Amino acid sequence: MAKPLHDPGVEIDGFRLEEMMHRGGMATLWRVSKPGIDGPMLMKVPRIGEGADPAAIVSFEMELMILPKLNGEHVPRFIAAGDFAHQPYLVMEAIPSVSLVKRLSSLPLPYDEVARLGVKIAEALDDLHRQHVVHLDIKPSNILFRPDGEAVLIDFGLSHHDQLPDLMQEEFRVPFGTAPYMSPEQLRGIRNDPRSDLFALGVLLYFFSTGERPFGESETMRGMRRRLWRDPMPPRALRPDYPPWLQEIVLRCLETEPGRRHPTATQLAFDLSHPADVKLTARSEKLTRDPFTTVMRRRFNTDLTASRRTPLAAQLSSAPIVAVAVDVGEDAAPINAALLEVTARMLATLPQARLACLNILKSNTIALDTTLDAQGHNKKIDRLVRLKAWAAPLKLDERRLTAHVLEASDPAAAILDFVGANSVDHVLIGARQDSFRRRVLGSVSAKVATEAPCSVTIVRVSRPS
Amino acid sequence: MLIAIFADIHANRQAFEACLAHARDQGAGGFVLLGDYVGYGADPDWVMSRVMDLAADGAALMLGNHDAAIDGSADQMNLEARIAIEWTRNELGKPARDFLSRLPLKRADHDRLYVHAEASHPEHWTYVVSTLEAANSLSATKAHVTFCGHVHKPALYSLSVTAKMTAFTPTAGAAIPLLAGRRWLAVLGAVGQPRDGNPAAAYALFDTERNELTYCRVPYDIEAAAARIRQQGLPASLADRLFVGR
Repeated sequence: MAKPLHDPGVEIDGFRLEEMMHRGGMATLWRVSKPGIDGPMLMKVPRIGEGADPAAIVSFEMELMILPKLNGEHVPRFIAAGDFAHQPYLVMEAIPSVSLVKRLSSLPLPYDEVARLGVKIAEALDDLHRQHVVHLDIKPSNILFRPDGEAVLIDFGLSHHDQLPDLMQEEFRVPFGTAPYMSPEQLRGIRNDPRSDLFALGVLLYFFSTGERPFGESETMRGMRRRLWRDPMPPRALRPDYPPWLQEIVLRCLETEPGRRHPTATQLAFDLSHPADVKLTARSEKLTRDPFTTVMRRRFNTDLTASRRTPLAAQLSSAPIVAVAVDVGEDAAPINAALLEVTARMLATLPQARLACLNILKSNTIALDTTLDAQGHNKKIDRLVRLKAWAAPLKLDERRLTAHVLEASDPAAAILDFVGANSVDHVLIGARQDSFRRRVLGSVSAKVATEAPCSVTIVRVSRPS
Repeated sequence: MLIAIFADIHANRQAFEACLAHARDQGAGGFVLLGDYVGYGADPDWVMSRVMDLAADGAALMLGNHDAAIDGSADQMNLEARIAIEWTRNELGKPARDFLSRLPLKRADHDRLYVHAEASHPEHWTYVVSTLEAANSLSATKAHVTFCGHVHKPALYSLSVTAKMTAFTPTAGAAIPLLAGRRWLAVLGAVGQPRDGNPAAAYALFDTERNELTYCRVPYDIEAAAARIRQQGLPASLADRLFVGR
């Protein structure tokens, strides 16, 4: 086995140790440099040798397997690795930022800032989940922010990869994680549910918006297990001005049963970025914790969290965000009926999908816009009402349905913006029937189909032949 | 180099052809065959001539229990397997039978070990179906990776430096890094008679530079393979099971 590393100036496979940045229980972090590789780099060296924690070795092995498989801006870029046969290390991109830990002294933060942070972290989680990984150790010290504001998740030593052997699970059988943030199912040894990360994010949002940790800091198994049945104090009991929409979201994240949380990180991000559209339930108004009978029922219900059998990818794809572009004009009745039919058919197979109904209010690029029409009606409200009326026959739970009137001069660009900003998975859009108008105005559906980063279904009314 | 590793072809010409073509498309530069070329399937002659060609080109070949039964005893096998062995004995020419009788039980190559069944006593044809047999197998070798077949269900076991065993059911098409710090036992699925509920033919690709193992699944013409089994008068159940992969 290799010797532990101590001294600056030492070189490993051409990487020169410059400065020790951090010394933790499981690993040491060094700033390193190597001729030919630009940009700041970090080397992680696990603590091994006499008296080392076996978990330090296994969690390093997990990171050694997982990090090279990950791509994109929400993770540090993998650069090089050496494994236990020689000198174990992992070199990755250093993110020029401070972790969220620095914010702990200024808690609680303003509500809108908490929501903004939550959106960024949820987007990063969604990206990670789509790459088959559940992080399982989401907490402030593992979240960094790039200069452009995007969140970066670090430290995959406790993570689970859906397509790789889970060495932590096999080797220890006891839960690993950070006590205040660990989900109830993690405490039960379940490591493959992406909604565990949503629970941890819920803890973080609660903490950042109230200044209190929802389940305290107890690190004993007994103390941690209380969260299996005991719900946290509602934030509104701590801060009377706490917005109901934020309490709704945070308490939903903290549900004991994963099935009662948001189905995906994208859906959570969607709620956090559209406060006015969050469906408020009894949760949003709660001022006290659940009654004794509810707590007891949870406590003695042993099958609350059965292990998830479906692969990660299948679970994510069963809960997509579908956007449907609806023209509410008078002559659009036939195409709207066809759109409704296709939408209904699609949602029937996806009980966890959520639907965003879009309508474009064309803003006049020359004259000053007025939100009132000739009769003095508010155009935007009028459109919203019509959108909701269009969707009414779908009989969707309000939590699964939102309506959005986008004001824009270029309808296709507005739809594409919405799709990008909200990580929409699938767009349904009608094709314009009138070939003259299409020729003159250009086809919105064609532009959306060409440029959208997701699947697009073009719906047509079948013409009599 | 990318090595294609095949186990349990079982005289299934269509499945073997599909896997060979897939492996060549992926850029496989070496071939290893872990035994059980014959038995169950209806094209032992065709399969053996391809196998002997591969051997002549440098492929490493191991002996399987069905191959050993051709010139030995099939008494330990179930009825259908015995019927298939007896039929195969009449089908195979002397060159193929001589070829099979000369195959080794196991072979080490660099830090890899190739064997048909559990490696501590390969001649006992023990199935590796849990960490128990996997641990026995790993204790019999110092190789970094052992490749075996025989079970017809893909699995991957590892032994950590702290002497703990892990078991994993691989996902097709996902490359798994076989970390140098532990030792690994890769159980391959069957080319010619999968039994894990997925009827697609199974084999694996091992990248010797990256130390990465990818379990592959290849759809093939099951109708044709099943029709050949019925045509040759072999037990119909041997044809039926191919459709469900059981």
